[in-house]
Amino acid sequence: MASWVEIIVACFLLLGGIFMFVGSLGLVRLPDLYTRLHGPTKATTLGIAGILLASSIMFSIKNGGLSVHEWLITLFLLITAPVTANMLAKTALHHDVKMLSRSRGHELMEPARHRYGPEGASENTKSGTESNNSKLP
Amino acid sequence: MLSWAIAAVAVLICAALMMNLWRLIIGPSVQDRILALDTMYINSIALIVLYGIHTGTSMYFEAALMIAMLGFVSTSALCKYLLRGDIIE
Amino acid sequence: MKPSRLFPMPIHSILLFAVWLLLNNTLAPGHILLGGFLAIAIPRLVAGLSTEQPSVKKPGLALRYCLLVLWDILTANFEVAVKVAGPMKKIRPGMVAVPLDIKSELGITLFASTISLTPGTVSAEISEDKRWLYVHALDVENEHALIQEVKQRYEAPLKEILGC
Repeated sequence: MASWVEIIVACFLLLGGIFMFVGSLGLVRLPDLYTRLHGPTKATTLGIAGILLASSIMFSIKNGGLSVHEWLITLFLLITAPVTANMLAKTALHHDVKMLSRSRGHELMEPARHRYGPEGASENTKSGTESNNSKLP
Repeated sequence: MLSWAIAAVAVLICAALMMNLWRLIIGPSVQDRILALDTMYINSIALIVLYGIHTGTSMYFEAALMIAMLGFVSTSALCKYLLRGDIIE
Repeated sequence: MKPSRLFPMPIHSILLFAVWLLLNNTLAPGHILLGGFLAIAIPRLVAGLSTEQPSVKKPGLALRYCLLVLWDILTANFEVAVKVAGPMKKIRPGMVAVPLDIKSELGITLFASTISLTPGTVSAEISEDKRWLYVHALDVENEHALIQEVKQRYEAPLKEILGC
């Protein structure tokens, strides 16, 4: 196998590996459940895309012809990742998992849980955002 | 070159799996544990594909695809159970 | 593409055919024949279960939208990776309510999925009357700017593509 193919495959592998690592790092480091959702569900999507792309390139060159079935896994994960994230966020909302105290939009938690529009608590919303804004430097 | 990259990425993914296990153990909420489990599925897919590259066979592709599908179904089943207290209504 | 007797669900037929060939990783004539047979037979068997789906009005714009989303996933992933690796005190998480202009269910699903896929935002819940989408963002600088950006960048093209 030509050396430049090895270099390309190694670059994609490293890119994917680093993103997988960062996604899991986010899972450990981020402060509350809602922020933790951001790390793994997406960084891992790109991470796995990198690794599968490396595999695709490698087997295409090695066996001759195009090896595309890795793309199927990438496509599947791209479709399912947002569904998983959405379901977990929804479950957390309905189980009353608290947001980080300094995050904004606390007044939206209650209407979101009951699936109302935010105007249902319009008085609270207005005073809430104003007081939040005034606290900012 | 390639064998070095494979070793480095295997170390990165194993470290990621350990961190997921840490989150799975300490929680604090059930949703955190489900999220950790879901991330472990994705990391294990990457590890299997990596092993396929290392051995040079595309035989492990089916295993990776199965884990991807079962991972999604089990995560959504767990979420559904938490939301409704029932999986099949 | 219009549904006909032979192809009651044309898009599903194409998808089945493509996935069959991808799964077997081949272009052998036998598999093309078998894939073609499955692509015709399965939609005919399940056509009775299908519900009304809005069709894609502008395929060219749909392709451009896919590329835009892929590009955004790529660039925004780097931003989120930097934020995750950086100090935790600097992130400003928050929940915002995005008013929805799209009415069709497919449009809302695509919009919510796009928001979840682009790093930094996760769609959490939708109001019962389907007029508000609750979105959690990892780093909010300005709620209104975030809502405007999401609506202009993703919702407007989606509305045009689906024609609703």
